[in-house]
Amino acid sequence: MAVNYNAKEEADGHPSGGVGAAGGGAAGGVGKSRKPDNTAFKQQRLPAWQPILTAGTVLPAFFIIGLIFIPIGIGIFVTSNNIREYEIDYTGTDSSSPCNKCLNVSWNSTPPCTCTINFTLDRPFETNVFMYYGLSNFYQNHRRYVKSRDDSQLNGDNSSLINPSKECEPYRTSDNKPIAPCGAIANSMFNDTLELFRIDNDTRISIPLNKKGIAWWTDKNVKFRNPSGHTNNLTAIFQALDTTKPVNWPQPVYMLDTLEPDNNGFINEDFIVWMRTAALPTFRKLYRLIEKRDSLQPTLQAGTYSLDITYNYPVHSFDGRKRMILSTISWMGGKNPFLGIAYITVGSICFFLGVVLLVIHHKYGNRNTSADIPN
Amino acid sequence: WSIAGCSSTPDGEENWVDNRTIYVGHREPPSGTEAYIPQRYPDNRIVSSKYTFWNFVPKNLFEQFRRIANFYFLIIFLVQVVFVVTITSARSGYEDWLRHKADNAMNQCPVHFIQHGKLVRKQSRKLRVGDIVMVKEDETFPCDLIFLSSSRADGTCFVTTASLDGESSHKTYYAVQDTKSFHNEEDIDALHATIECEQPQPDLYKPLGSENLLLRGATLKNTERIFGVAIYTGMETKMALNYQSKSQKRSAVEKSMNVFLIVYLCILISKALINTILKYLWQSNPFRDEPWYNQKTEPERKRNLILRAFTDFLAFMVLFNYIIPVSMYVTVEMQKFLGSYFLTWDEEMFDEDTGEGPLVNTSDLNEELGQVEYIFTDKTGTLTENNMKFRECCIEGHVYIPHAICNGQILTDCSGIDMIDSSPGGKELFFRALCLCHTVQVKEDDSIDGLKKSQLSGGSCVYISSSPDEVALVEGIQGLGYTYLRLKDNYMEILNPKTDIERFELLEILSFDSVRRRMSVIVRSVTGDIFLFCKGADSSIFPRVTEGKIDQIRSRVERNAVEGLRTLCVAYKKFTCKEYESVCRLLENAKLSLQDREKKLAEAYEQIERDLILLGATAVEDQLQEKAADTIEALQKAGIKVWVLTGDKMETAAATCYACKLFRRNTQLLELTTKKIEEQSLHDVLFDLNFFLSYFQGRINMQDYGLIIDGAALSLIMKPREDGSSGNYRERFLEICRNCTAVLCCRMAPLQKAQIVKLIKLSKEHPITLAIGDGANDVSMILEAHVGIGITGKEGRQAARNSDYAIPKFKHLKKMLLVHGHFYYVRISELVQYFFYKNVCFIFPQFLYQFFCGFSQQPLYDTAYLTLYNISFTSLPILLYSLMEQHVSTDMLRREPSLYRDIAKNALLRWRVFIYWTFLGVFDAVVFFFGAYFLFDNTVVTSNGQMFGNWTFGTLVFTVLVFTVTLKLALDTHYWTWINHFVIWGSLLFYIIFSLLWGGIVWPFLNYQRMYYVFMQMLSSGPAWLGIILLITVSLLPDVLKKVLCRQLCPTATERTQVKLSFTRLSDKYYESEKLLYSVSTDEWGANLRLLG
Repeated sequence: MAVNYNAKEEADGHPSGGVGAAGGGAAGGVGKSRKPDNTAFKQQRLPAWQPILTAGTVLPAFFIIGLIFIPIGIGIFVTSNNIREYEIDYTGTDSSSPCNKCLNVSWNSTPPCTCTINFTLDRPFETNVFMYYGLSNFYQNHRRYVKSRDDSQLNGDNSSLINPSKECEPYRTSDNKPIAPCGAIANSMFNDTLELFRIDNDTRISIPLNKKGIAWWTDKNVKFRNPSGHTNNLTAIFQALDTTKPVNWPQPVYMLDTLEPDNNGFINEDFIVWMRTAALPTFRKLYRLIEKRDSLQPTLQAGTYSLDITYNYPVHSFDGRKRMILSTISWMGGKNPFLGIAYITVGSICFFLGVVLLVIHHKYGNRNTSADIPN
Repeated sequence: WSIAGCSSTPDGEENWVDNRTIYVGHREPPSGTEAYIPQRYPDNRIVSSKYTFWNFVPKNLFEQFRRIANFYFLIIFLVQVVFVVTITSARSGYEDWLRHKADNAMNQCPVHFIQHGKLVRKQSRKLRVGDIVMVKEDETFPCDLIFLSSSRADGTCFVTTASLDGESSHKTYYAVQDTKSFHNEEDIDALHATIECEQPQPDLYKPLGSENLLLRGATLKNTERIFGVAIYTGMETKMALNYQSKSQKRSAVEKSMNVFLIVYLCILISKALINTILKYLWQSNPFRDEPWYNQKTEPERKRNLILRAFTDFLAFMVLFNYIIPVSMYVTVEMQKFLGSYFLTWDEEMFDEDTGEGPLVNTSDLNEELGQVEYIFTDKTGTLTENNMKFRECCIEGHVYIPHAICNGQILTDCSGIDMIDSSPGGKELFFRALCLCHTVQVKEDDSIDGLKKSQLSGGSCVYISSSPDEVALVEGIQGLGYTYLRLKDNYMEILNPKTDIERFELLEILSFDSVRRRMSVIVRSVTGDIFLFCKGADSSIFPRVTEGKIDQIRSRVERNAVEGLRTLCVAYKKFTCKEYESVCRLLENAKLSLQDREKKLAEAYEQIERDLILLGATAVEDQLQEKAADTIEALQKAGIKVWVLTGDKMETAAATCYACKLFRRNTQLLELTTKKIEEQSLHDVLFDLNFFLSYFQGRINMQDYGLIIDGAALSLIMKPREDGSSGNYRERFLEICRNCTAVLCCRMAPLQKAQIVKLIKLSKEHPITLAIGDGANDVSMILEAHVGIGITGKEGRQAARNSDYAIPKFKHLKKMLLVHGHFYYVRISELVQYFFYKNVCFIFPQFLYQFFCGFSQQPLYDTAYLTLYNISFTSLPILLYSLMEQHVSTDMLRREPSLYRDIAKNALLRWRVFIYWTFLGVFDAVVFFFGAYFLFDNTVVTSNGQMFGNWTFGTLVFTVLVFTVTLKLALDTHYWTWINHFVIWGSLLFYIIFSLLWGGIVWPFLNYQRMYYVFMQMLSSGPAWLGIILLITVSLLPDVLKKVLCRQLCPTATERTQVKLSFTRLSDKYYESEKLLYSVSTDEWGANLRLLG
């Protein structure tokens, strides 16, 4: 941009424009009172920077953008390519799939349908591995669904527990008792259980899955809170409030994780993760963390693994898919070729445009600056 | 009989304690019992319905708005509608209040009445028809009056009607014969009389002939006081009837805005319709409509399909309604109101003499000032100062200039003989001729009429005449040594340079009329010689002249005429006694004849004024307003056609047009006047002119044409013909006008001025018209034109009060249009386009999002963002831009009037530009949405593996949106003052701070916490930052590219100027030195001019 400061105005307001401009001092006695103030603002003469976009000024900007974007793009692209990601579709629509038998499960089939899928990792996962479940064709962003929750209930507000928000309909009450947590989101919480084993010489070694740290810290500590009562006993509190479990749940919210009290009730992390509705109908959610134990060994070695699935969550009825994803994470998140490619493309386009403009500028530039304004 | 035990308790009301006393059969209780208190019981009607006819609306509304959702919509609606309507009406209310104040000032100004033989002062508005009014000198008549009597002995008074018809001359009016002897209040009060007159009519010229009707708006001159009786008052006066009703004027920009709005409404409706249809197509699969995880409620399920579809449609409308920029109207109103202050603040448009600056009566039309294609200007008082000055005389080929004007300098180009050398006979005769041949009266006392006139006349006497030229001539001659003293007992007395008094007996006056265009006097000198002195327009004198230096004088006269001076030729003739006797007889016969007196007189004059000897010529200047010619030249360069509409005579008007460079030396004049139409039929004249123009247009390109048309010819053109094909003449007339660079319309009645304006306004190109004038006669055209401008000049404030803008001088029009108008237009057009653009950017991603959320009307952005986007995140920068932007500097705009052509014909709001902006908006929206989509699609964007939800997605899109839209404005800003920096970067900062705050707390009053920590989480993610930067760059790229390429490949004049300016500004020093050079050269130029002049 042309960096020119317009030196038109001095603070005391002497109009230096060549034309016209009545002198300020000689105002007549009558005129003096009504004469407008000679201030830079009122006379629209504030000092100003007056940039113009011309080929000459934009050229360097294009080159600079090109020169910055291309390396960034390459960096992102390389980082993204170094990320290990493995994905298994365990929906079982294919009749050869081990989970095919579970395809038409219902919510409360007892005993639960289980299936096991074996898979092989060709290359080891060196760093921390994040285990996701993914759903497709699942409209978590449907308006009726998104608003079907009661945030004050989830924040442990007792009155909302007794009398949930109307938004939760038709998942507000069951048998004339208020549902806790109410609403469609909570009601449809993902309840498959995934377990991972490494098969080493026909022995199944369970891989420890960490279920903490999968939800936003602020969600777990501030936004979601268990109701408080006279006792610390969550069960007693919920029962005292006379709530009931969501229709589709096998057990009430205070039994989500009976082993760990700080992961139970509304602050159960699986629950919190589910409650953050996804933006698009195909999404993934963080399920477990596989932390690197040994600095010498990769988190997941190359080899054969088996995934044990307790198949509870029906998706076939709406043509959905379920996936399990193992992924490592870099500073820029998971595998995403888009950003890198986009940066490289935009950078190249800018560079190319810079060249084009340079040509144009040289061909037509002189004509422009020397041309006089026609009268 | 009263049954005591029957105190009934109504069912269900257990707390009933009072008893009711019932009188069986309504029998009144026997007197003597306790005081009877009549009780009212309801009749036996059963009411189970909720509402009655009366309370349905309020009660039902109350029930409706008890529901939170409905109440919310009510509030939103009220805020939008009430806010917009309030702002708009507040502004127009304020502006009308100012007009009320002005009206009140007018209506309350005191008027002298005669009541019961006494003089009473009352407010002007209390005047009734039939009241007797006294008017003093230099007062304006408060209503239309019948002239009863005057302080002058002969029952006459002098009046100027300059503010009515633009004629500044003094006109003589005569009191009614029967009453002219009533000189004081008592006499007048004793008068018993009735007046019969016609109902009020707007035609100004017809009754002006009636010599005892004094019109409102005219001013009494040189008469101490008069009495008159009111016959038309208030809105029935001729002046008011010549007003047009004040209607709301709407600018072209506003019209385009409305059209664009309709387009956007269509887009909105079609978007909602498309989404509704797609929704039902998509939902035809039951597992999509109602999957197990997302069931409907029972009432929802039961709802009828049509009703459901309709509700969905409405819900989509609500979701997308932000595409209609409601806040644009508020911003536009504020921009107009605040922006108009820059006009009033402009000190260059402040007039030191009058102490007045520009006034803005309606700020609705600011931008229209940048769109003007036709200017209709009044002559008297607008182009000219309304102040005649004697410039020079040419005696037998020698040119003289009075001392008063040029310090006795004698023009060099006309044989430099000074006054002493010239042949004494001719010169002295010439001066005597000028001293004698006039109808000027002398007003002896100088105490009344202020300083100005006595200064001009240089003596103690003031001259009065119906023709200002004559006054100027007599005063001018005074400067050359010959002073006309008075007319006493039919002897005219002249003071010659030797301070002797010469006396001439006035024998006859052959008075002036517009057909002959000359006047003569016959005088007898002391020596007994009888002279006829004749003075008149060159065209009427030259054919009658037989002797004298005709060629030299003619060339001088022609030169002067082209310079815009009003020329008169003087000739004389000496009679022998015999000849004089025959002349007397001739005149006597003509005067005494009963039939065709006028005609016979004219014939007699014709015979007498023959075989004259040419003495010389005079030139009088109707002083132009300061820089009038310069202004007109600049306006014409700006592509504006300037028309002069005046009530004045053709000759004087044409002279002014020459003087102000509207007509140039090489302009070919075409006449469409009564005189010409009398010779040929209108049809032929029009046909000829048209043919002439089209014939020459092809051959000589450079030829300028000027058209002169008069009122009578115009009314012929406007009059519908019997066969109803009136349009034909008009079309032909318009065709002629289009080919002429300048048009002069003379002898126009006020309504005709308006008619002309209307004719042009409604012609097929629909040009934007501007009318400027100073008098009450201009009010109708000021009201008719798209923009009406009043000059706050001498002629009262009628025009200024009825105008849209008022300026002190005509020269201020230049800055007003070329600078302020240009700025206003550029600013508001950007404002309009930008508002549509930013709302497309805002809403189109929501539209796209519907395809990914099952057409469920899920908003992409949080409610706070939806509400505040237009109100606080993006509103202030554009408002400030629309107040401060200067794409080219003020000086440049003034120096290069041709830049005005760049924005002519609403250039910045054409469909092409509008579509470009809309597509830019759609492109940006697509970039925002799909950029975020691919960034989020089934992947992780945080470094701790946690996932983002839909609100983060929306917030990312919104962040990119706010930044892009603000930066787009930053790219368009050419004038970065510290305020711009502050507002642009400030509003971005405000967005960030707001978002941090909005997401930083669990807000206790909200029943949802969906935004909690969303913004912070987003900012903690690297890819989100990279994505935001990338998307902003990509969105801005095409616009930058388009700008650069357009500037490089096909630059407009404005763009070239900008480049040139920045080029010259590259080195401050260089610029400064050049400026110095420039100012020096202009000084020199000015000095040269002065030498020449």
